[in-house]
Amino acid sequence: MSEPSKPQGRKFQLPEHLKVYKNVWVIVEQERGIVHSVSLELLGEARKLADKLGVEVGAVVLGAESPDLNRICGDAISYGADIVYKVTDPALADYRTDPYCRVMTDVVNTHKPEIVLLGATTLGRDLAGAIATTLATGLTADCTELDIYADNRSLAATRPTFGGTLLCTIQTLAYRPQMATVRPRVMAMPERDDARTGRVIEIQPDLREEDIVTKVLNFIADREQNEAQLAFADIIVSAGKGLGKVENMKLVFDLARVLGAEVGVTRPLVQAGWATNDRQVGQTGKTVRPKLYIAAGISGAIQHRVGMEKSDLILAINTDPNATIFDFAHLGLVGDALKILPALTDAFGRRLSVNRMAG
Amino acid sequence: MHIVVCIKQVPDSAQIRIHPVTNTIMRQGVPAIINPFDLFSLEEALRLKDKVGARVTVLTMGPPMAETSLRKALSLGADDAVLLTDRKFAGSDTLATSYALTSAIQKLAEEDPVDIVFCGKQTVDGDTAQVGPGIATRLGFEQLTYITKIEDLDIASKEIVVQRRSEGGVQVLKTKLPCMITMLEGTNTIRFGKMDDLFRAARYELKTWSRDFTGAEEGRVGLKGSPTVVSKVFVPKPRAEKAKMIVADTDTPDAMAAAAIDAIFAAQPKLAGDLLARAAAGL
Repeated sequence: MSEPSKPQGRKFQLPEHLKVYKNVWVIVEQERGIVHSVSLELLGEARKLADKLGVEVGAVVLGAESPDLNRICGDAISYGADIVYKVTDPALADYRTDPYCRVMTDVVNTHKPEIVLLGATTLGRDLAGAIATTLATGLTADCTELDIYADNRSLAATRPTFGGTLLCTIQTLAYRPQMATVRPRVMAMPERDDARTGRVIEIQPDLREEDIVTKVLNFIADREQNEAQLAFADIIVSAGKGLGKVENMKLVFDLARVLGAEVGVTRPLVQAGWATNDRQVGQTGKTVRPKLYIAAGISGAIQHRVGMEKSDLILAINTDPNATIFDFAHLGLVGDALKILPALTDAFGRRLSVNRMAG
Repeated sequence: MHIVVCIKQVPDSAQIRIHPVTNTIMRQGVPAIINPFDLFSLEEALRLKDKVGARVTVLTMGPPMAETSLRKALSLGADDAVLLTDRKFAGSDTLATSYALTSAIQKLAEEDPVDIVFCGKQTVDGDTAQVGPGIATRLGFEQLTYITKIEDLDIASKEIVVQRRSEGGVQVLKTKLPCMITMLEGTNTIRFGKMDDLFRAARYELKTWSRDFTGAEEGRVGLKGSPTVVSKVFVPKPRAEKAKMIVADTDTPDAMAAAAIDAIFAAQPKLAGDLLARAAAGL
């Protein structure tokens, strides 16, 4: 029925038979009853796109039947979905490429969404690459901005390229659905609205476990998080090469402790072995959007900027008044981070322990 | 056992600069390297070769100069190398690229069936992570991405057990060959080549294949075969306003810290409250 189309020339016009594709979908990522926050962020983004197009938001929730799964379907509506496609089968309990890809291909071919969004996670990237191939359509990875071009109602997906030095806008004009992945924390978390209503469409695919070659032998959950939880920190104190030597990392950790903050670093510090890569903020590290981001001794290279520029408030400390970071920080302090960091640690410590009337 | 490792020659992204006036990429003098993520997969393939015995073929699609990366891979221990090159491939997006590479892998499989295809997790220039899954899907191979460890490979039963990184933990998966594997970065360290492999790599006669040779359909490669269209390329906009510079009464660190905290709390009054509440709770 939906044999991949074989383009014979470059096509920029949407063929008539693909114009029935409608609605904006998010494939909701859940693992063992826990929804990945990026899926909720994407529901917020899908809502905006759908409102521009005048269509509905669909959320696809896949898994084995369970109370958790029903709760997730409700959450999807609270965060912006109008329709939830609840796809249940015991074979979908754990993520495996083959059954997820087969089922999603069928569901897309049956219900024909015009846009399909996924998180750029290990699951989302694995699945998106597979279903874009079975559907023979365009997929844009790691988008930082999504919009609709009014003239032809197409998705304009903008992403960094060449390590963040340039941005490019990519479109899938003559194929459907238009697919995109977005990294966690790039889009804002929408407000939850429990008054929202929506409908749930139950889908039970005909999967047989014996047809699935890959078996999950075990799942080893990450233990007590030794890894830095940068993505969800309210405050991040980050260090760059301006700190001079590895011993000075202590100054950053001291300030972070007083603030209950996480410590981030730029890529050169990871390469120099000053910090582990779970603390790296930027293009090849994590994207963060804390309430406060203190950048100490960071020059502001574009590779770092793309990972933190959506922070609510950025305070930059740098000895060089012409440092690039002052072009996009909100607050700037020209001075030696090695002296200012301990002073900040002291001053915050005093204000937070003694001064209780300031609030 | 026949293992195919797909690699890509990329510009060393750490050395790319933007021309300050014309806003174009300055490629001149930027050295080309094997995509760093591919090296983890190449090393894992070579380890399997050492352990269970296998023929390792490296495959790349690119301009003729991509030969350099293939010879590098041969010098590290790969047995054969195929350069898939044709002007018709120019402008291929990930869907068209995975189609073209698949046509070459199928050609390789005609003379020696392929058991495992390794790809890099992603490239450093495109960053998409889509070509590996695209190849696996087209070949109908089991897809194993973000692999941190190959625990076991049984040649007789063609069973493989791997550890795969997922968001909340590690999946231990058991599956059957043939499969496509992408290795997570940092899972191994690429070896140094041996002297005789170095000589062999220099003398090796590369297989150079065209679209006609692999039988890839013309309409499914290059710009024609690519559903995505790049509609705009631009330099990130600077923020309209630069940072508000904090000025302290004196130039002492203490005065500057005090002024900075005042500025933070003035800009984010709610944050001040949150921090005080947290401190009061003794956290």
